[in-house]
Order: sequence, then structure tokens, then C-alpha cells
Amino acid sequence: MKHDLLHLTIEGLLSRWPFTQQLLVDRGHENLIDSPEAALSGTLEGPFLAELDEFISGMEEFLGTNEQKVSEVTIRGGRTKDGSDETVRELTIRVGEVVCIVGPTGSGKSRLLADIEWVARGDTPTGRHVLVNGEVPGDKWRFSTEYKLVAQLSQNMNFVMDLTVQEFLALHAESRQAGDPEQKIQRIWNWANELAGESFTLDTPVTSLSGGQSRALMIADTAVLSASPVVLIDEIENAGIDRQQALEILIKEEKIVLMATHDPILALMGDRRVVIANGGMTQVIEPSDRERENLDELRAIDTRMMGLRHRLRQGERLDTI
Amino acid sequence: MRFVTVSGPPSSGKTAVILKTLEHIRSTGKKVGVVKFDCLSTDDDELFRKHGVAVRKGLAGALCPDHYFVSNVEECVQWGLAEGLDVLISESAGLCNRCSPHIREVLAVCVIDNLSGIGTPKKIGPMLKAADIVVITKGDIVSQAEREVFAARVHGVNTKARVLHVNGITGQGSYELSTVWTEGRDTATVEGLRLRFSMPAALCSYCLGETRIGSDFQMGNVRKIDLDLPTGVKTDGGPQELGPMPGTDGGGS
Ligand SMILES: Nc1nc2c(ncn2[C@@H]2O[C@H](COP(=O)(O)OP(=O)(O)O)[C@@H](O)[C@H]2O)c(=O)[nH]1
Ligand SMILES: [Mg+2]
Repeated sequence: MKHDLLHLTIEGLLSRWPFTQQLLVDRGHENLIDSPEAALSGTLEGPFLAELDEFISGMEEFLGTNEQKVSEVTIRGGRTKDGSDETVRELTIRVGEVVCIVGPTGSGKSRLLADIEWVARGDTPTGRHVLVNGEVPGDKWRFSTEYKLVAQLSQNMNFVMDLTVQEFLALHAESRQAGDPEQKIQRIWNWANELAGESFTLDTPVTSLSGGQSRALMIADTAVLSASPVVLIDEIENAGIDRQQALEILIKEEKIVLMATHDPILALMGDRRVVIANGGMTQVIEPSDRERENLDELRAIDTRMMGLRHRLRQGERLDTI
Repeated sequence: MRFVTVSGPPSSGKTAVILKTLEHIRSTGKKVGVVKFDCLSTDDDELFRKHGVAVRKGLAGALCPDHYFVSNVEECVQWGLAEGLDVLISESAGLCNRCSPHIREVLAVCVIDNLSGIGTPKKIGPMLKAADIVVITKGDIVSQAEREVFAARVHGVNTKARVLHVNGITGQGSYELSTVWTEGRDTATVEGLRLRFSMPAALCSYCLGETRIGSDFQMGNVRKIDLDLPTGVKTDGGPQELGPMPGTDGGGS
């Protein structure tokens, strides 16, 4: 047995590993919860104790107890589609950075992201290697539910659960066994409201949120509650959400942000951008001062477009713009 | 020949995942085939054929589909060998969630989808519990939070399985799955191997074609729901109960 269960009481068990309560209930031992001073050794049978022991190990691994935080991810270049060496040989992305990925459709953006997600070890079609904190990572990043390296946010995602915002966030917090769930739920909700502009309450059903509100909630939730250190964003539509602030929230929560986008504003908001062509990373571009200046102008254009959209919605004509 | 049993609830994405995954295996020059098990009818065989995958189907008809599976699985393996396949997949839908086609020493995959609801992992029993690999599909439709909650529920039922997320439509994740399908050991026969879970003793008069309702027509392994009816309501003393269904024989190896 990996855990010293025999010397524990029910109370001791539940205070040390609160998640074991569910297993007790599932196996018909809920009556024990009412006798906290009972010793495990006298009360539970050997096979169940063994199961409990294994369950605790599994949950500890799942919850990432005692795990080192991911601070950077490195991609070592492999081959392009025609078998030649990828131009970019090494790219390290650190926590708090926003890196955009640009390139034509079919150029290999998805494969790059998949290589990161699968923590490639030279065993994918590109031959790339992905390191976590500078080291070759173990299998857990590939197969365990908890150590998923990449969380994904994309346009076509919906909420499908029939729950209020409060219940939904509580469920997510519970499944992550997150400490201080109340505070986390508040934080997510506050942020989501700031991002969305149009506010919603905690007892709104998630399925009745507007598109902007849903995205805002997904981003804030992923920032605070997702276990994955890398967040991949597949475009953020410029409607109903403050995109600059969305990125800032993810950075504040120490995420590594990857963004597949062709939106000039988003691309220039990134710290760097990686160009993909013919299956390989061809360049890593840092926005120049000129580009950063242009960002202001692009934002002005954007604001103007949004104003026009608003006028259309109000039934106005656009004879003058 | 690699043999992989793939199971999962209807419409969870088994066929889609198998097709995408076999494409990668085929592109390395390997020969692949599928045996599809179903109850009354299936169009999956046409789909596999259209994609150039050797396929055979078995329809259980009036028989319990899982019992039908076990009774035919050795023949299927021999068919795969005769066809010269490098990889043989069996696809079967878990229909009553009580059984699973998983065999000890044969790679067992359960396909389950994010849309099926977070209560599903707990409900589907041995198919999921005894699997080596759990493939979760339809992640493209739901939020990151729901994916994480769902995966946590899967983990709660089967802490040992390797969990992969695959999109049956775009194929995202299927390359990774293909590498897992091709590692491991070869199967030359399943003769003498054992199921991971015993199948239920479903032997009552209705198994034999009885259609009439009433205690006079119920024979064999019949069990009554305890409805706690008020006294005075006629209860059925009727048939003899043969006890609970047999449980697991020890689960995964
Ligand atoms: N959006 C989405 N649809 C999927 C995915 N996987 C499968 N499907 C669809 O789900 C339906 C059922 O899939 P199928 O493979 O026939 O399920 P099976 O009954 O388990 O074999 C089909 O319409 C598939 O196209 C997925 O990852 N995402
Ligand atoms: Mg099918």
C-alpha cells in the first residue's frame, strides 16, 4: 500500500483526501461518514482498502499535487513537408507571453499546435521535439486528463450544460478540486463581465448567454480554472468582447498564449509571431516600432467599423461615414 | 496482427475515429481491416469499404449482441489473418451498458463523446471501466470547462486508462491515437483468452421469444424492482429469483 491507510480513522481519511468521500458513497459505505472515529483497518475490507489506495494515487496524480509549475515550452525544429530542415531551429515561449501563429490554410498551423499538445518527441510527421521547462517531458502530458498541456478556445464552442453560471463554475472548480472555489467563481464572473461589457448575473443559465458573454466566460474560466499552462486561441471575433483585456487576463494568470489568427490587430498585439509555410516554421517576427504605431491606427479603424455596425443595427443609413 | 476492440455508446464517434486513425496507419503501408458488430442493421460497412478498408459485418439479430460478439470473435481474428491484415479493429456499440467486448491482452478502446452528458461515464460501466484507452470526441462543440469536467468524470471511473481527445471530423488527435494502436503486442488467436468482464446471465422466457406480459409467463432469471408498494396492492410472488447478475471477474489485467 502506498498510503498509510491502516492507521487512519474515517475522519482522518476524509480530511486528508476529501475526494475519497465519493468513493465511499459509490461503494455503499456512506454510513461510515457518520462514524468519523472508526478506524479504517477494522471497518473496511482488504480489497476495498487496496482500491482506495490506488484511487488516492490516481487522484493525486490527476490533481498534480506536488507538481512543478510549467514556466516555458520549447519547440525544436524538425522537417518541412518536402523533408528539408525547418528554418526556425528552436523557439522557447515563456509564461505570460502571447505568440501568434500565421500562415496560409494548409500550411501546417494545426500540425504545429498538435505537436505542442502531444509534446512531440520526434515521433510526429514533422520530427519536432517539444520540451517542457527545458526537459523532455514524460508520458503523463500525453495521456492523463489533468496534465493536458493545451487548453483550447475557439469560435464554434458552446455551452451545452443546463446549468446557471454559478453552478457551472462550481462544477468546474469541483472537478479540478480547486482551493477556495467561492473566491475563484467571483473572480471569473467579475472578469467575464468586464470582458463582455453587457453584464450577466451568476444565476443566468449558461445556455442563454449571448455570444460575447459566452466567450468572455470561457476565457475567464480557462484563465482561472483550467489546469493547462498553454492556452490556444483560434481567433477572437471582434464582437462583444474586449480582446486586449482578454489577453491581459490570461497573462495575469500566467498562461502561455498561442493565437492562430489573421486579424492584424490581434497579430500585432502578440509579443512575437511565428510564420508557417509548407509545414515548417520559417520566421519568428517581433513587431517593430512602426508596427506598434500602426496598431493604434488599426484600432481607430476598428472603432470606426464598430460604430458603423452599431448605426446599422439602429436602423440608420450610412450615407455619411 | 494487431487486434483492437473499439466500443462505445451509439453515435459517440467510433466509426469516425476508426476511419481517421486507420488512414494514418494505412499511409505507412500497413493493411487494415474492420469487423463491425451491430444489432439489426448498419451502414458503417459501406462507409469503411468506401474508404478502402477491408470490412466484414455481423448482425446479432435476435441474439444479445455482446454474446454474439464473443461467439464470433475468434473467427474474425482468423479472417483478419487470412486477409493478411496488419491491424484489425472490431467496432461494437455498447447497447445496454452492462457488457463490454474487451478481452484481456487485447488493446481495449472506449469511445465516448463530450455531448453525452457528465453522468454518462458513470453509467456506461465495463466498456469504459475496463478500457486501456479512452477516446473522447466532439470536443470541438463544447467549452474548455466542459471538456475538463467530462475528462475528470472519465478519470473518476477509470483512473488507469490513457485518455486521448480526438475530433472525428477533422481528425485532430487521430495521428496520436494511431501511434498507440500500433504499439503493443500481436494477436494470432484469441482462443483461450478471457473477457475482462463476465457477461450477464440473461436467461428468461423473454429471451426465448415470449411476448405475453404477466407473472405466469415469466420464467428463469427474473428480478423485480422493489417499488415499496402499499399493502393490499397485489404483488407478484411469481417466479423464482436466481440472484444478482454475476459481477466482474476481476476487471482489467
Ligand atoms: N462535431 C463533431 N462530430 C463528430 C465527432 N466525431 C464524430 N462526429 C459525428 O458524430 C456522428 C456519429 O459518429 P459515428 O462515427 O457514426 O458514431 P458511432 O455510432 O459511434 O460509430 C457523425 O455524424 C459524426 O460525423 C467530433 O469529434 N466532433
Ligand atoms: Mg459506427
